[in-house]
Amino acid sequence: MKLPIYLDYSATTPVDPRVAEKMMQCLTPDGVFGNPASRSHRFGWQAEELVDIARGQIADLLNADPREIVFTSGATESNNLAIKGAARFYQKKGKHIITVKTEHKAVLDTCRELERQGFEVTYLDVKEDGLIDLDVFKSALREDTVLVSVMHVNNEIGVIQDIKTIGELCRANKTVFHVDGAQSAGKVDIDMTELKVDLMSFSAHKIYGPKGIGALYVRRKPRIRLEAQMHGGGHERGFRSGTLPTHQIVGMGEAFRIAKEEMQSENERVMALRNKLLAGVQKLDEVYINGDLEQRVAGNLNVSFNFVEGESLIMALKDMAVSSGSACTSASLEPSYVLRALGRNDELAHSSIRFSIGRFTTEEEIDYVISVIQDAIEKLREMSPLWEMFKDGVDLSKVDWVHH
Amino acid sequence: MAYSDKVIDHYENPRNVGSFDKNDPSVATGMVGAPACGDVMKLQLKVSDTGVIEDAKFKTYGCGSAIASSSLVTEWVKGKSLDEASSIKNTDIAQELALPPVKIHCSILAEDAIKAAIEDYKAKRK
Repeated sequence: MKLPIYLDYSATTPVDPRVAEKMMQCLTPDGVFGNPASRSHRFGWQAEELVDIARGQIADLLNADPREIVFTSGATESNNLAIKGAARFYQKKGKHIITVKTEHKAVLDTCRELERQGFEVTYLDVKEDGLIDLDVFKSALREDTVLVSVMHVNNEIGVIQDIKTIGELCRANKTVFHVDGAQSAGKVDIDMTELKVDLMSFSAHKIYGPKGIGALYVRRKPRIRLEAQMHGGGHERGFRSGTLPTHQIVGMGEAFRIAKEEMQSENERVMALRNKLLAGVQKLDEVYINGDLEQRVAGNLNVSFNFVEGESLIMALKDMAVSSGSACTSASLEPSYVLRALGRNDELAHSSIRFSIGRFTTEEEIDYVISVIQDAIEKLREMSPLWEMFKDGVDLSKVDWVHH
Repeated sequence: MAYSDKVIDHYENPRNVGSFDKNDPSVATGMVGAPACGDVMKLQLKVSDTGVIEDAKFKTYGCGSAIASSSLVTEWVKGKSLDEASSIKNTDIAQELALPPVKIHCSILAEDAIKAAIEDYKAKRK
């Protein structure tokens, strides 16, 4: 077993060797290095053909039309293009936007920018399990709601929002519906013929493709229009100018092809590992799972270990790469806004760890992780004055803390 | 973020973890910080009749730097008079542990813990 163990697949994934192999064929003088927009020679034609194949592979995973795929630099750009592009194009219809407090910053900050430009944004609360209350959503929809943006799978807690129902509600209200699918592609079934989703953002590097490439799904029927955010040569039907990076696109295509082929068996394997890890941490007292456990992707486990501070736990877990909800390192001392939105108190938010399991995680690694965590929690609680007070029956919420 | 070797040493081998009976008249207890801020330190000093710190123990909920700061302080205060202990500055702690700027608050908290313990002792003696 090689240390450290990578358990941060929600942050990024390694490129699958099969993907890297395809990408390498599009770089050197002997490879397909041409500009896909070059119409006058073979180099361009070959590159264009590979781009078309990749576009088809991406559309395939989504059960969409290849002409509905617009390449971007990643999900952040896709979110920006979708939200700013649709809000501005349709602003005559209304200037109200709905999104959710647990969205990724790429969505929240884009919405903030639109607020500065005169749009009104409703940031919906979520329930304790991280899911949207559909009744709350319904009552937030207004006649002038021009755009709704909801993430499919949450990056921190892995919960899956009901985008099917939300899509129906949006369509009935004639509201454009954007979904951030960065964490869901290749993990959850996505069928664009079933979903009333108008715009959907994707990233390659979350599913074993390269960083720096993503896509925006733009529905053709009914046709969704956008105001472009990047101007230039009119690539991607004017939605997004800039020379198409053939190797990146080929990598994304291959990653999506593999995802379609292996998603089911991979989900089963990953789920078994996740459940093993879950059972291991649940042997400890005062452990809280953040986010609904059922409506959740297989690879995510977000746990709060009460009375243990997240960063010190990460230090104890130095032989594994995990992510902490505690932002102590960023000097802001603000714990995760996603966990706060679930109503988790600061202590639990500070003591949270996100484990994300993926394609290359082994059972041996999970066994090792469980034993390290059990030892670390025991050691840190032995050192924790809060654990001592809890054991003495002190109600920590009633203590008059000396804030600093 | 990279921790200094000293922080890692204190974190992995914390000195003087534990508790004294806080009702013991010779024991001074200082607890500072808040769970909401991500760190709470409890420092306890066992003080002789002549006002010398004979022993010290700590428990800390917080990041590695907070744990290291409190662990270091328990080593430093031993054998010192209360006056000497109260002159320990956060900058000394930060320097010894090579804390980065974002972790300076950990050393401040450790200094505050010493002061809080000494105040507790004085209050007990009244």
